[in-house]
Amino acid sequence: MRTVRAGWGTYTLLGLFSAVSLFPLLWTAVAASRTSTRLASAPPPFRFGRNLPRNLGIAWNEGGLGEALVNTTLVAGAVAAGTVLFSTLAGFAFARLRFRFRGTLLLLVGATMLIPPQLGVVPLYLLIARLRWTDELQAVVLPALVSAFGVFFMRQHLQRALPPELLEAARVDGAGTARVVWHLVFPAARPAMAVLGTLSFVAAWNDFFWPVLVLTQAGNPTVQVALTGLGRGHVPDQSVVMAGALLGTLPLLVVLALFGRHIVGGVMRGAVKG
Amino acid sequence: MTETRDPVDPFLPPAGAPVAPPVTAPSRTGPGPRRVRRERLGRLRSRSAPYALIAPFFLLFGAFGLFPLVATAWTSLFRVELTAPEAREWVGFHNYARLLHDEFFWNALFNTAAIGVLATVPQLLLALGVAHLLDVRLRARLAFRVVALAPYATSVAAATLVFALLFGRDQGMVNWALGLAGIAPVDWQNGPWASKVAVASIVIWRWTGYNALIYLAAMQTVPRELYEAAALDGASRWRQFLHVTLPGLRPALLFTVLVSTIGATQLFGEPMLFGSGAGASGGADHQYQTLGLYLYEQGWVNLHLGRAAAIAWAMLLILAVVFGAARLLRPVLRGRGV
Repeated sequence: MRTVRAGWGTYTLLGLFSAVSLFPLLWTAVAASRTSTRLASAPPPFRFGRNLPRNLGIAWNEGGLGEALVNTTLVAGAVAAGTVLFSTLAGFAFARLRFRFRGTLLLLVGATMLIPPQLGVVPLYLLIARLRWTDELQAVVLPALVSAFGVFFMRQHLQRALPPELLEAARVDGAGTARVVWHLVFPAARPAMAVLGTLSFVAAWNDFFWPVLVLTQAGNPTVQVALTGLGRGHVPDQSVVMAGALLGTLPLLVVLALFGRHIVGGVMRGAVKG
Repeated sequence: MTETRDPVDPFLPPAGAPVAPPVTAPSRTGPGPRRVRRERLGRLRSRSAPYALIAPFFLLFGAFGLFPLVATAWTSLFRVELTAPEAREWVGFHNYARLLHDEFFWNALFNTAAIGVLATVPQLLLALGVAHLLDVRLRARLAFRVVALAPYATSVAAATLVFALLFGRDQGMVNWALGLAGIAPVDWQNGPWASKVAVASIVIWRWTGYNALIYLAAMQTVPRELYEAAALDGASRWRQFLHVTLPGLRPALLFTVLVSTIGATQLFGEPMLFGSGAGASGGADHQYQTLGLYLYEQGWVNLHLGRAAAIAWAMLLILAVVFGAARLLRPVLRGRGV
């Protein structure tokens, strides 16, 4: 970092950027507190109205956001936990163990990182349909657990955080793989696990394309599916649509406020969505 | 098998460390038969251990990652309808031949490229500027960074629904602000270019902060002494940015261009939810229908999954062409000092 101290110009420009970043979110709350009639007339409202509880209630019940929030919490939680666990195990193997096809397998995973998952949706959909998993939450959880980024991220972290001498010592003491993983790998991986977990949670919460394909409003909607339903006029009231957007975004803003450090750290280390 | 070469020990020795002598495990009482057997079991276990560790990931990777990507090519050679996926019919390259004469495919390709450029170029330039601003000693450093990521934490759906309202023709805030500046209202929904700019602005809003943090991370690896030397030589802040910061950013620039380009070809949620009614047509006149949206329309609205698979494969081809062209252009760009 440069030692230049920030002047008022820097603070002004950064303040402006922050305002632009936050304004649409803040205005979502303003719009959610108004009526659709008010939103359809100019000039647009800037101050809060009195309809927020009513609109939130309609979005929660008729808009399906209540059910969707429960579903999305389950999905994002399962995806985060699974991604962290599987990526840590595989990342450890790739970082510190020697086995056949290690290089080939790593290359294979790395190559798919550059290919957008959207390109595989047709066969994936046919597979899920054959398993009769459409409208089931596992249809969005299982594909989301495949995180090439997670494996590379954990591998890179463990290459630094897990000294080979430590493993050698544990082996001499006669520790099996399970004990090594539990007592050495997991503790060493913890900071990276927190970062990967938070990022996976955010990505799973916001995943759009695939959930919209396999889940429906009437089945087991996630937040994004429910919001798509609102956008399609499921509840033809713009202030309710904004209340839905607010409900769907607030939990992540709380996550961002609590775990902002992890998310910032992950992005600065090259996190790719998905 | 490479049994003779492969050491039993799956743990890699430390780099540069002498190879450990084969462990014969001299025990206090001498190696009894029981001891030997246990050791063999241990060897067996440790040789299969790496595979057990990677198995959960690779099972999922094979089923839900690799298989769909490979199978897309195969599926694209069939007529498959969503209503009866079992009753598929071999059509060879018909789905691709059809795409070549499909005006909506070319329209979607053009829109994807146009929105991609409109979204990516300003976004990365803005991100560079923001990163430069953040790369100083700041109060509330973490707060600025977290706020920069608030749009990234906002879902495509929520962001697009709000922006659709802000970009409303008669009552939207954008036109209201333009009106204050004396500019006539713009039809952000129906204008062929205005709608593309509006859709691109959603992408710019969501990803500028994210890219700024990636640039910031790269900027912080530039040695401070370089700036001090440049300052001693009388280089202005702008010239320092040009001659010290930018060269240090090359890997990060490459990374963000790669990720943003891939993201731009996949654009889906924004054009889907931007129009009122949120159809898959991408506006009344398909004016902002992207390839991702066209894939969805063919597969899940018109129920032609074979055609959708052909579009997916075409998207991969387009990405390959773009990156191939970028590779070819690299020496040219490098020659100009970029």
